[in-house]
Amino acid sequence: MIYKLQFVDLLPYWDVLARGLVFTIVLTCVSTAAGVAVGTCGASARAFGPRWLAGVVAAYVEIIRNTPFIVQLFFVYFGLPTLGLKLTEAEAAFLAMTINLGAYSTEIIRAGIEATPKGLIEAGVSLAMTRMQVLRHVVLKPAFQKTWPALASQIIIVMLGSSVVSQISAEDLTYAANFIQSRNFRAFEAYFVVALAYLLLAITARALLRGLGARLFPGARS
Amino acid sequence: MKPAFASLFALMLGAAAIANASSARAEALDDILAAKVIKIAVPTDYPPFGAIGSDMQPQGLDIDMAKLIGKELGVKTELVAVSSANRIPYLQSKKVDLVISTLGKNPDREKVIDFSAAYAPFFMGVFGARDVAVTKPDELMGKTVGATRGALEEQELSKLAPASTTIKRYEDNNATVAAYVSGQVDIFASGNAVAAVIADRSAARAPTLKFVIKDSPCFIGLNKDEPKLLAKVNEIIAKARASGETERMSQAWLKAPLPPGF
Repeated sequence: MIYKLQFVDLLPYWDVLARGLVFTIVLTCVSTAAGVAVGTCGASARAFGPRWLAGVVAAYVEIIRNTPFIVQLFFVYFGLPTLGLKLTEAEAAFLAMTINLGAYSTEIIRAGIEATPKGLIEAGVSLAMTRMQVLRHVVLKPAFQKTWPALASQIIIVMLGSSVVSQISAEDLTYAANFIQSRNFRAFEAYFVVALAYLLLAITARALLRGLGARLFPGARS
Repeated sequence: MKPAFASLFALMLGAAAIANASSARAEALDDILAAKVIKIAVPTDYPPFGAIGSDMQPQGLDIDMAKLIGKELGVKTELVAVSSANRIPYLQSKKVDLVISTLGKNPDREKVIDFSAAYAPFFMGVFGARDVAVTKPDELMGKTVGATRGALEEQELSKLAPASTTIKRYEDNNATVAAYVSGQVDIFASGNAVAAVIADRSAARAPTLKFVIKDSPCFIGLNKDEPKLLAKVNEIIAKARASGETERMSQAWLKAPLPPGF
């Protein structure tokens, strides 16, 4: 059987695709920034915080890393309104992705922190640096240098994983493909174009993250 | 024409004549009354019209209707579980006498089987919480409506609703239901069967009908050329309407009064 690809049929839906692309990009950028911030705090708390806080963070990390992302997303979108917290689908997608990336990046950054020799921290303290200064310059910066490639990979995984937010009616790239194929039944073409868009997004994101890493953390491996 | 073909042709004509004669023989109604049993095709996979109850017996609006027909005829009702794909073939091959399985009327079906009067409402509509004041598509202006992406009602709603309406399209029927029950949307488009199931399971969010998108009431299907059976079935339906029996079934299973016209 020969299937004739007809990409022309996608043209009337270019605005749906464009809006989906923008939504995916914005969602990824915002939740990456928030997720890495959560991860940095989480990793610091786990390494230097009081025991109870380290325990709470450890529980958070284990819960999130051992449950599927789509279940976390449904929990936020369908579950939280029962508790009185009603979020729009975009807010729910952002929150779920931040929580998810936060847990993974906590573990990644913690690995970098633990690789910092104790002697370095003591050296910082003996130079009369404050605790925050030690954390920032002596601990976190080298930690990011060491773990940047792993973190970049995780960010891309989260971006690709964001495709499931279409399940809660968030209008991302995958939603665009689902919508188009429900209208003109050109499933092959729709998913082909969207797969290509994800591929290009991932390649671009990787390049941008590499550049960002080289700039923010000179000497970072990539 | 060669003799061999001629005789074959004659044989075929004869066979056709016999087939005609047998369908013109005793009416199905007489057969049913003589056998004291009526075989009726019902769904068992489509609540609240037909499903298997916790006692492992079929239950639902279609099942109640089937039992009512048997009772009115004074014969035993034998339920035959069918799927929506095989319900008409079951009737055509005379495995059943009637089909009571949320059967909608359309020209293609009317070519092959006959339909009784409508016995139950079936429609796609926009439903919502009791306090939502919407009575027609224009009043959805600025409101948010949930629907199942690609479903008939979602496509129709996309055409009917004003441009300022936000339609949230969910992956499947369950997600649309979950969005309504959890309060993510207060209005949704769906079939009346789905709305009835929600009303049954979560009384606090019992949806009410705002307006109908597409109406396709349920009819009882029977084989063509059965005037006596058709008349009898219609008589039973008319009687059930007059006595309020169809209203009771609608209230019991669809959790809604019968719409005007029933």
